[in-house]
Amino acid sequence: MKQFSAEQLNQVQAIIARYPEGKQKSALIPLLHLAQETFGGWLDTETMDYIAALLTIKPIEVYEVASFYSMFHMKPVGKHVFEVCQTGPCMLNGSDEIIAYIKEKLGIEAGQTTADGLFTLKPVECLGACGYAPMMQLGKHYKEFLTKEKVDQIIEELRTASKH
Amino acid sequence: MSKKILLEHAHIEGIRFYETYRKNGGYRSVEKALKMSPDDIVEEVKKSGLRGRGGAGFPTGMKWSFLAKPEGVPRHLVCNADESEPGTFKDRYLMEFLPHLLIEGLIVSSFALGSNATYIYIRGEYAWIPDILEQAIAEAKANGWLGKNILGTGFDCEIYVQRGAGAYICGEETALIESLEGKRGNPRIKPPFPAIQGLWMRPTVVNNVETLAAVVPIINMGGDEYAKIGVGKSTGTKLLSVCGNVNKPGVYEIDMTISVEEFIYSDAYCGGIPNRKKLKACIPGGSSVPILPANLLLKTAKGENRMMNYESLADGGFATGSMMGSGGFIVLDETQCIVRHTMSLARFYNHESCGQCSPCREGTGWMYKILKNIEYGHGKMSDIDLLWDVQRKIEGNTICPLGDAAAWPVAAAIRHFRDEFEWHINNPVEAQTRNYGLAHYADPIHVPTV
Ligand SMILES: Cc1cc2nc3c(=O)[nH]c(=O)nc-3n(C[C@H](O)[C@H](O)[C@H](O)COP(=O)(O)O)c2cc1C
Ligand code: SF4
Ligand code: FES
Repeated sequence: MKQFSAEQLNQVQAIIARYPEGKQKSALIPLLHLAQETFGGWLDTETMDYIAALLTIKPIEVYEVASFYSMFHMKPVGKHVFEVCQTGPCMLNGSDEIIAYIKEKLGIEAGQTTADGLFTLKPVECLGACGYAPMMQLGKHYKEFLTKEKVDQIIEELRTASKH
Repeated sequence: MSKKILLEHAHIEGIRFYETYRKNGGYRSVEKALKMSPDDIVEEVKKSGLRGRGGAGFPTGMKWSFLAKPEGVPRHLVCNADESEPGTFKDRYLMEFLPHLLIEGLIVSSFALGSNATYIYIRGEYAWIPDILEQAIAEAKANGWLGKNILGTGFDCEIYVQRGAGAYICGEETALIESLEGKRGNPRIKPPFPAIQGLWMRPTVVNNVETLAAVVPIINMGGDEYAKIGVGKSTGTKLLSVCGNVNKPGVYEIDMTISVEEFIYSDAYCGGIPNRKKLKACIPGGSSVPILPANLLLKTAKGENRMMNYESLADGGFATGSMMGSGGFIVLDETQCIVRHTMSLARFYNHESCGQCSPCREGTGWMYKILKNIEYGHGKMSDIDLLWDVQRKIEGNTICPLGDAAAWPVAAAIRHFRDEFEWHINNPVEAQTRNYGLAHYADPIHVPTV
């Protein structure tokens, strides 16, 4: 069964303590982030039910929130998700070409994962890095001023790292 | 003129950390403000003429004075760091490089409003910034600026950072409040306004990051002095985030007395258009505000130089003007396609509609579909009027302004670039291989020789 570690459970309590008595539901989004990071990069029903129990709210309250926000994955994703911004300002600086290049290089379409389970391509909307375009989010950080060479390098590094 | 008030110390090594920040005059405004009465602080902010930097430009002091203060009911200040309007990335810059400036502004503002628990709601994708803010909060607390009985005044204050999870709509203040309560980001029907019933139905003020940071210089120099910077009702300095086709994209602080032309072409700011291409169009205040062709961007319909301030950017209304908005300055050069760009923005709004109101939910999808048809060579001439009709039926008929925000870019694109839409429809094959170029009424555009 999926469970947070003792240390994470302390973290959960600290998050709940930020809100007034009885308003623990406010901790839902922070907890879903923690759960997604901990349990394989996406949220299955079991995980969401676990969060509901932790916050003493109904499972449906968790499902409706998890499915609303685009950062929560409701289906399995690759180990690394390339979240490439495709909105207007990035488009002006070549995000279309970068997305096309990643598709070609990895042999996948938008929303798909490579057969080895390493990479998912997810075109997303503006990430607040419009002046540093084209760009993508990779885990916790942004990769900015992308070029084909930079994409090659990122993929190479991640492939090498996964072999160790 | 380039005038640095917010970013004055941004270049100093280590300014992100407490010691350096304090040595450079940090937290003086807290020392000063906590000796004043909360009402006097609100008065200073009123005098400063500060207008909300989140997009709507509503006077901050006035907003603060609307906050209900029923006996025994806690009040909250919420900092809006959702920053998701395409073209906008100035709050990110402030938080990354000057986290203590925001924390300082939040302490003063919390004191003025009587908020003992203040929340920073930051977009989830800025995943590395909460660590920076939390470190600044911990440092401020360790040095007695936060926590219990701050500076012996009896005022208690805690600041908490909450991440969103990817939803532009959560920048709308009532959707933000819903999200902070652990719900879907569905905007609330107003009234009641947050000032009466906001977070957990308590009186709440929601302000943008830059607005709250600006409270620091206002208290330090006094509201009257702050109001002397800038022109007319555009007081103080404004951060602009520049993107698209410019030589020097990034974040700039201006005092709102410079012209748009200087801003685009001067080396102190955008540094002109790459490869000496011509300017075609610009969206001066984030994706929601009307796009303007170069001629109307640089000069108003009356033929005056257009200036970088609230009034001048709005001169001419939507017929020939635009808006300061969030300060997201998006520049398009002569090789860009207005149809494609508008389509991309329509997709954005369709994706971000929360779906509560049918005009917005259905209308944004419909506009995206029509624009996609035109862009990919399947458009009909009647589509242009249809687009116009759909956007008009969204505007003003929805719970929150996202509907308007989706309608305006489409309306402005048709208003100013109708011939480009027509060209796409008349030349479906050619339009797949080349762009239309400069709109005839935007041409000729002089390129300064600086
Ligand atoms: C769809 C939508 C998105 C918004 N996004 C933001 C945002 O990301 N950041 C922000 O400060 N204000 C945003 N706003 C404006 C807020 O609703 C609110 O007016 C603002 O936070 C008030 O702060 P200010 O008075 O300091 O500008 C948005 C409004 C709408 C309708
Ligand atoms: S206008 Fe759009 S985003 Fe705003 S409440 Fe209605 S459906 Fe939701
Ligand atoms: S448009 Fe891509 S980060 Fe803003």
